[in-house]
Amino acid sequence: MNEILSLKNIAFTYVPDQPEVKNAVEDVSFAVNEGEWIAIVGHNGSGKSTLARIINGLLFPQQGSVSVLGQPMNEENLWDIRSQMGMVFQNPDNQFVGATVQDDVAFALENNGVPYEEMVERVHEALAQVKMTDFLDNEPQHLSGGQKQRVAIAGALALRPRILILDEATSMLDPQGRAEVLATVMKLREETGLTVLSITHDLEEAMLADRLLFMNGGRKFAEGTPQQIFDLGDELVKLGLDLPFPIKMAKLLQQQGVALEGGYMTEEELVNDIWISNFKK
Amino acid sequence: MDIELQKVSYSYGVGTPFEKRALFDVDLLIPSGSYQAIIGHTGSGKSTILQHLNALLKPTEGTVRIGDAIIEHKKKPKDLRPVRQKVGIVFQFPEHQLFEETVLKDIMFGPMNFGVDEKEAEARARTMSKLVGLPDNVLEKSPFDLSGGQMRRVAIAGVLAMKPDVIVLDEPTAGLDPRGRKEIMDLFYQLYEEQNLTMILVTHSMEDAARYADRIAIMYNGRCVLTGAPLEIFGDAEKLAEFRLEVPHIIQFQKRLEARLGFSLPKLCLREEELAETLAAALKERER
Repeated sequence: MNEILSLKNIAFTYVPDQPEVKNAVEDVSFAVNEGEWIAIVGHNGSGKSTLARIINGLLFPQQGSVSVLGQPMNEENLWDIRSQMGMVFQNPDNQFVGATVQDDVAFALENNGVPYEEMVERVHEALAQVKMTDFLDNEPQHLSGGQKQRVAIAGALALRPRILILDEATSMLDPQGRAEVLATVMKLREETGLTVLSITHDLEEAMLADRLLFMNGGRKFAEGTPQQIFDLGDELVKLGLDLPFPIKMAKLLQQQGVALEGGYMTEEELVNDIWISNFKK
Repeated sequence: MDIELQKVSYSYGVGTPFEKRALFDVDLLIPSGSYQAIIGHTGSGKSTILQHLNALLKPTEGTVRIGDAIIEHKKKPKDLRPVRQKVGIVFQFPEHQLFEETVLKDIMFGPMNFGVDEKEAEARARTMSKLVGLPDNVLEKSPFDLSGGQMRRVAIAGVLAMKPDVIVLDEPTAGLDPRGRKEIMDLFYQLYEEQNLTMILVTHSMEDAARYADRIAIMYNGRCVLTGAPLEIFGDAEKLAEFRLEVPHIIQFQKRLEARLGFSLPKLCLREEELAETLAAALKERER
């Protein structure tokens, strides 16, 4: 498989002149294959967002290297590399520039010198992907929070990036909005082979990923499939994350003395387990 | 202090080409001492209602009564300061409103703005920062040197320091990690119980509403379409589906489990711990 992104021994501090302050990111290495969906999880302040900014070249690490498509990132190729990545931040209010929704989505295209006709087409396509076509001429400021975020995602999609970075991009959406956006990302991934890097607290979003990277105190605490990571159980909770509903429920039931096998990810499996362990004797 | 909305309608940009109606004939009574959740999708009118709760917006039609104060479209309101002091709003991402040099000064700003003298404001700031769980040593720090979760606590302490009777929470856990989310929601619940406050939680989280609120109002396309106790509202999945809302996860799970086991548990549960206890008891009962 084609390695699209690799980080080697990354260390970063926001205050290089204060060596006594702990690094925001310390000795993090990992690689992402093209078409993979990686979720970076961890509590607030664990270094997730710093890592996203390093990947996008918004921050340069003091140690270690970032390579995109085999090319080590440096100041010369930064713009080329960055054009391969679309980034969506948590708060869409901080990323609006256009007077209307379609102007806003077109902004990055204009910056990249995309011809007018193609620009119009891409803007419409991107807005259709996030179901915001009805709002082409609305002012972004007057949209609700969830709608704003969908426009921001469209802005990233319009660039047709190879990697889409979602920095807690669904955390302000309502459940339906979140589901729509995630379904959109899944569809995009299927159709275009988009690589997705999502930084999230949302367990359902994390469970969609092929692989999870679990950050704690600026370090990579664990890496693995959602199953492997959620098997860490109490350790996750201690480090500020939650457990998916079936796992949490199973633990509560076991504490109440209900016999269970355990070791599953879905509600269906939990329901089966309760049934088999307690009735089919 | 009761808050009552009677036939409240609101339009943004009245008299301009952009006029847009956001609320239609909303009736809602929030009795003193209740924990009211207002639930709805993005664009359902939740945020517009929120701004009526301490007279940041005046209804285009209808009446808002906040304690003794009556707020109507035609009438020029009297001094609204007492209303705004009595109803404290914790906006979404309240940490973005921090601005002072130190945490202490930031918490003192609200009460001093309402005419409390410096000494009293400082005393309140110290009490409230303890109440929200801030360590003493942060009071002299810049609020911008704190973590996101702590900044949010500072902002909440600032609202509490105004000694409101009612606290309105607008998606108070947005952007926090699961632990931070639970801590903040538990904190509000504790304040609600110990400080005798009325809580109004504006949210799209069915889970939080099920867990904490004792009254629910559902907003849909600018109308208040359902009000009632959590079990009444969440027990009726079909009704909720009409408003494109799902019952909380835990209830979906209980129904699914009951279908599989072939019997119903004695009650519908809104908390995971409660469901675990109820199910364990039911299983023991069956063994006998």
